[in-house]
Amino acid sequence: MRSSVFFIACFFCLVSSFSFATPVQNTQDLLTKLTKVKLKKVIPVLEQIEAEGGESMLPLFQNMLEGQLYYIKKNRELVAIKTIDGQKQHSQVFSGEVIESLPKKATKKVRVNNKIRRFLRDAISRIKLSSPDPESREKAILSLLSDLDQDTIKTIIQLKQTEDNESVIDIMNVAIAMDTLKNNSDAGQRLASIQILSDRLEVDVRNLLVKMEIEEQDQKVKSAITAALRLIEQRAANYQFVNKVFFGLSLGSVLLLAAIGLAITFGVMGVINMAHGEMIMLGAYTTYVVQLLMPNAIDYSLWVAIPMAFLVSGSMGVLIERLVIRHLHGRPLETLLATFGISLILQQLVRTVFSPLNRQVESPTWMSGSLDINPVLSLTLNRLYILAFAFLVFGLLLIILNKTSLGLNVRAVAQNRNMAKAMGVRTDRVDALTFGLGSGVAGMAGVALSQLTNVGPNLGQSYIIDSFMVVVFGGVGNLWGTLVAGFSLGLANKFIEPITGAVLASILVLVFIILFIQKRPKGLFPQKGRAAE
Amino acid sequence: MSVLSKIFDRGDQAGSRTMPFVILLMSVTVLASICNLLVPAESVFYVSTYTITLLGKYLCFAMLALAVDVVWGYCGILSLGHGAFFALGGYAMGMYLMRQIGDRGVYGNPDLPDFMVFLNWTELPWYWQGMDQFWFAMIMVALVPGLLAFVFGWLAFRSRVTGVYLSIITQALTYALLLAFFRNEMGFGGNNGLTDFKDILGFNLQDDSTRIFLFVTTAVILTLVMLLSQAIFKSRFGKVIIAIRDSEDRARFMGYRTERYKVWLFVYSAVIAAVAGALYVPQVGIINPGEFSPISSIEIVIWVAIGGRGTLVGAVIGALLVNYAKTRFTAVLPEVWLFALGALFVLVTLYLPKGLMGIVEQLKARSEKAKQKNFQELPS
Repeated sequence: MRSSVFFIACFFCLVSSFSFATPVQNTQDLLTKLTKVKLKKVIPVLEQIEAEGGESMLPLFQNMLEGQLYYIKKNRELVAIKTIDGQKQHSQVFSGEVIESLPKKATKKVRVNNKIRRFLRDAISRIKLSSPDPESREKAILSLLSDLDQDTIKTIIQLKQTEDNESVIDIMNVAIAMDTLKNNSDAGQRLASIQILSDRLEVDVRNLLVKMEIEEQDQKVKSAITAALRLIEQRAANYQFVNKVFFGLSLGSVLLLAAIGLAITFGVMGVINMAHGEMIMLGAYTTYVVQLLMPNAIDYSLWVAIPMAFLVSGSMGVLIERLVIRHLHGRPLETLLATFGISLILQQLVRTVFSPLNRQVESPTWMSGSLDINPVLSLTLNRLYILAFAFLVFGLLLIILNKTSLGLNVRAVAQNRNMAKAMGVRTDRVDALTFGLGSGVAGMAGVALSQLTNVGPNLGQSYIIDSFMVVVFGGVGNLWGTLVAGFSLGLANKFIEPITGAVLASILVLVFIILFIQKRPKGLFPQKGRAAE
Repeated sequence: MSVLSKIFDRGDQAGSRTMPFVILLMSVTVLASICNLLVPAESVFYVSTYTITLLGKYLCFAMLALAVDVVWGYCGILSLGHGAFFALGGYAMGMYLMRQIGDRGVYGNPDLPDFMVFLNWTELPWYWQGMDQFWFAMIMVALVPGLLAFVFGWLAFRSRVTGVYLSIITQALTYALLLAFFRNEMGFGGNNGLTDFKDILGFNLQDDSTRIFLFVTTAVILTLVMLLSQAIFKSRFGKVIIAIRDSEDRARFMGYRTERYKVWLFVYSAVIAAVAGALYVPQVGIINPGEFSPISSIEIVIWVAIGGRGTLVGAVIGALLVNYAKTRFTAVLPEVWLFALGALFVLVTLYLPKGLMGIVEQLKARSEKAKQKNFQELPS
């Protein structure tokens, strides 16, 4: 019997925490009671509601505290009425769902006085702080840091006795220290609290310290605050630096993905494929189509899209090589023009088939969100995954080029085409496969890019010049050169950007590369050997 | 041999078809002008001012194509950034025209162009000083792009940057300028560029007579440039240039400082492009950063390729034909145009490596081959 009661209680708990819209029957009675009792007897009712509903009652209390809680006279049902831009907006108390507006006379306000308000404020922080999940407890305290009052502090001190999670205790100490710094008259205790605060990065802590630095009378404490602030700023600056590096690496990984296919075809065949950007675009559109075909499994669609994009772009590359580039052998400038024509055709083709408008590709749930390391540093997951993906692709290509027979042939042709031919390498087949491989990699880059930007017919074009720069900067026919060039250009861009603005940053990088090529015409890592002129 | 006889010499060399073409061009120009000014509007022979402006625009493009042909066709330097010189020349002219608006702009400021007033600028930037003088603006039209080409070419050719590398960095050059001119802070009108011009040298730009004058000027300058280029390529300098195209290393080993020849040719070509831009702006009435886009630069190359590079006349004909087709196509079937342009790129490079001017030679060669074949088959 007892266990069954416990079970039911658990069940109710679950229901109440998962479906905010329909509180359980018992609570429902209490809620109705709330609209009926006299002002003096409201607090006992609220206590019961808190005990019964727990976390799910948070919206009710918040609405009540802000004086937005009304009830419908006819059926005593509670409703929240907010004033947004002078317009009254009616909504359900628990779900926050907007409902049809009611005439003014049909509703009546649930009255509150100062005593009730104080109770509500306490109850809210109590509810927030006593959540079973340590992470949400931590979040609750963090959200309270901006306006700590005596009651909250009292609650925190109380809860600290029973708390066993270390990081929650840490943050509780911070809250208490903040209060001490603000209100304690003993200079020694204030100094101790500064000690605690000096290794926190939360914005609220910093704001308080800045404020207290001005208000503080005691010279010793004041200089301690100044020192603590300097420490915090130093650390924050360090994390900002890490953040910048991350964004630079992220841009670098995109550049690497976009350029690496180009590096292969340029290195082996000595031709510039102006349609390379369109191979990226095709990959991105493949992702879009795959998602259209499997709308119920967006989370898995990328695993289908990556090989599909490789196939689509790769076979397009082989087609281009067979139909056009083969016939222009030994005329690199003409190849450049012909492939430019192909890029125009592909762009217009996509515009005709998919419309010229940008398409939104959905991100799978496991790629959205971010990795919060501390209040100053949070890394977005999609960029992290793309960074990892770039390294993966790079590693795979290294293996293909260094460990397979195809790779051996590719390197042989790149070093000395005629000699390779004389040794029995079927250079035309190698050319086609290389072109297919390079284009296929571009297609996979398109899948990655579709997670960062909108997919449109001009997607490839915006990356083509940057990819050329990466290849030329890194040196032709050298994957490591492409890697170094991609990341250094990405980092350079992101570090110049805050100083000069995004546009000027890319102009400066372009000018730098133009000058660099004058100095070292064959890139950072020039090809060595007899084949290199 | 005097310079004149050199120009009129009709040897069997590149540019030998120039004279007949020049005569044709001049007669069409005169005829079109007369048909616009003297023939009544109802007549069948009347040429509308719109057509005149369109023809003027085509001739500017033809001059631009000529500039690319001079470096690509005769020296093997494939520049994918000639649009930059064209646009710079255009901007210099645009600045002059902008200053001529005076206080007739929307804000009525006698010194500052509208967009500067809009950006709350209080005085003219230093690089706008003096642009209200026509002679000064014309010097700038040639000087700025010429200087850029000199510095760029000197750096590039001295380091022996050639082939696709050179093509890519010329493209990067125009792309960097595109980004720069899009910025409002540059003081060139940002995204919108320079427009709303009123008059040039005191003549209203909307008048028929001004339009005709600009059109005729363009035709005359194009003719002069063609003749000058032909003379250059028949001179010693030109012979060295062609030698560099065919084998730069050999020319260098024979003692020629090839990079100097290339730099001067590059500067000459940039100035032609800039003059074309300066003539283009008053006729079209606007210059904006779009002219810097890599695509428009690469389009110029295809005009030359279609006409036939290394022939001067071919470049002009290619530019005229492609642009006429573009006007026609984009009016009727805008989607088809890019398909057609793309296909042109592919087909011309695959099947017409010498362009339209080469067709005759190709046919001649084929018929001769056929004759030989017949001759060989006869005895059997």
